[in-house]
Amino acid sequence: MFIKQLSIFIENRKGRLAEITDIIAKHDINIKALSIADTTNFGILRIIVDEPNSVENILSDNQITVSVTTVLCLAVPDKPGGIARVLSLLSDNDITVEYMYGFMSADETTAFIVLRVDDEFKAQDVLKANGYSGYNNK
Amino acid sequence: MLYYNKSIETATYDEMFHLQSYRLSKTVRRAYDNVPLYKQRIDAAGIFPEDIKSVDDLRKLPYTQKKDLRDTYPYGMFAVPRNKLVRVHASSGTTGKQTVVGYTQNDIDLWSECVARALVAAGTTEDDFVHVSYGYGLFTGGLGLHYGVEKLGATAIPASSGNTARQITMLQDFGSSVLCCTPSYALYISDVLRQQNIDPKTINLKSGIFGAEPWSENMRHEIEARLNVKAFDIYGLSEICGPGVSFDCEYQNGLHVNEDHFLIEIVDPESGMPLPDGEPGEVVFTCISKEALPLLRYNTHDISSITHERCECGRTLVRMDRITGRSDDMLIIRGVNVFPSQIESVLLSVGQIEPHYLIVVDRQNNLDTLEIKVEMSLAAFSDKIRGLEELERRIRGSLESVLGISAKITFVEANTIQRSEGKAKRVIDNRKL
Repeated sequence: MFIKQLSIFIENRKGRLAEITDIIAKHDINIKALSIADTTNFGILRIIVDEPNSVENILSDNQITVSVTTVLCLAVPDKPGGIARVLSLLSDNDITVEYMYGFMSADETTAFIVLRVDDEFKAQDVLKANGYSGYNNK
Repeated sequence: MLYYNKSIETATYDEMFHLQSYRLSKTVRRAYDNVPLYKQRIDAAGIFPEDIKSVDDLRKLPYTQKKDLRDTYPYGMFAVPRNKLVRVHASSGTTGKQTVVGYTQNDIDLWSECVARALVAAGTTEDDFVHVSYGYGLFTGGLGLHYGVEKLGATAIPASSGNTARQITMLQDFGSSVLCCTPSYALYISDVLRQQNIDPKTINLKSGIFGAEPWSENMRHEIEARLNVKAFDIYGLSEICGPGVSFDCEYQNGLHVNEDHFLIEIVDPESGMPLPDGEPGEVVFTCISKEALPLLRYNTHDISSITHERCECGRTLVRMDRITGRSDDMLIIRGVNVFPSQIESVLLSVGQIEPHYLIVVDRQNNLDTLEIKVEMSLAAFSDKIRGLEELERRIRGSLESVLGISAKITFVEANTIQRSEGKAKRVIDNRKL
């Protein structure tokens, strides 16, 4: 259920996001999921890719501040209440969500959510016990 | 009243030269006998205190720097026993490294007179109510002006700084006729008046005495128009005494130096050689009357020039041009002295931060703003916004406690701040002074 996410520091400046995604595109890497958290001055770009470690190296070589973060990724039923049930489970077990975002599988049959929580091992146990399965990147 | 002290302010060249020479030779002797650093420096220069007989011998003396005060922190350069001190002030600085200055009763008296001369030159009389909006405390601005007002016999209103709305009510209700504060604060007051639709004429000010930060002729016109006052410049620094080292007269044509107490020289920043009238260079002062802290040839690193031409006001006191800049990297932000090195040491003390930063100083709504751009490093980076905001808060908090002023922290991407081979460009000052 654990996957590796790349977290990238990015200034709020015109064209910067395009530049970074362009570097990834030039290496023929597909971004599976993406989320941006932004403040007035800066943002954090979070992406899920295949082969996160090699993408990390590519970005570092381009002087970009990037770190690999372990996050939870699980499949959720693509129907009303699917995400709500996951969040209630976590909340009932006193697990706090730092951030989350979702994406669809390539064949559009499964919805996935990426979760960053305060206690990822406890969260994994709770979710597995309730029948949730994960998504894996290499 | 035209002059506070006519015989001094209009003395002939010879009269002043003799008074200065007498005081200088006595002061050098006292500094040599009582301040170990001066004994050592004068000995090292291969001269004897008695070699300094007149102002012409001044250039034989070694210079004093701000660093000397820091190195002997807090009282190492005082020339009197502790029980002769009646007050200390201190300038801002990194904790433990601020410069502490001391005064005997005579020092306070002569400082007060210097301020009183400035007040009179700005047209202040015993009948005036003088609103002092400089901070009261270790900063010399508030108490310095206050004692000058009392010395003159005018009425001091010790408003101190902050709470602009209350300041405006006081200006309206107390009938203040003279305002003393930093020029940027004067403009800020005028902004607030505009915002609140208060006609400046409802405030009975006739003049303002502004200092503690560099300002321009344009800013003077702006303040005069907006507040309906005549704006006078007052210059000083705590090491020499505080505000009142030099001052504007009604002709606003250079600041008269109280040279019966403070000798002024302009020196070449490279060679250290004194420069003739009219040539810009570093301003150097020698205190020739002060007892507690008789600094000899103290290099302020302010840039200005002097003229001995006779002023229309009748004063013969030498005039210095307004300060046009500094020869070192010290910034004056909201009246507070800030060295980039202080900011650097705070950034490094926070940890995880690379020593790549840029200091951006600007002026918005007439108040100085300080922004520090800090490069994000891998060690400091977090995938959580909360983590980065916490880091920002930590940097901001430490800076504020060290500098005494708040700064905006902006994180920028790694390797985006220009690296240079030689001296790094750390400061961008966008203020139009």
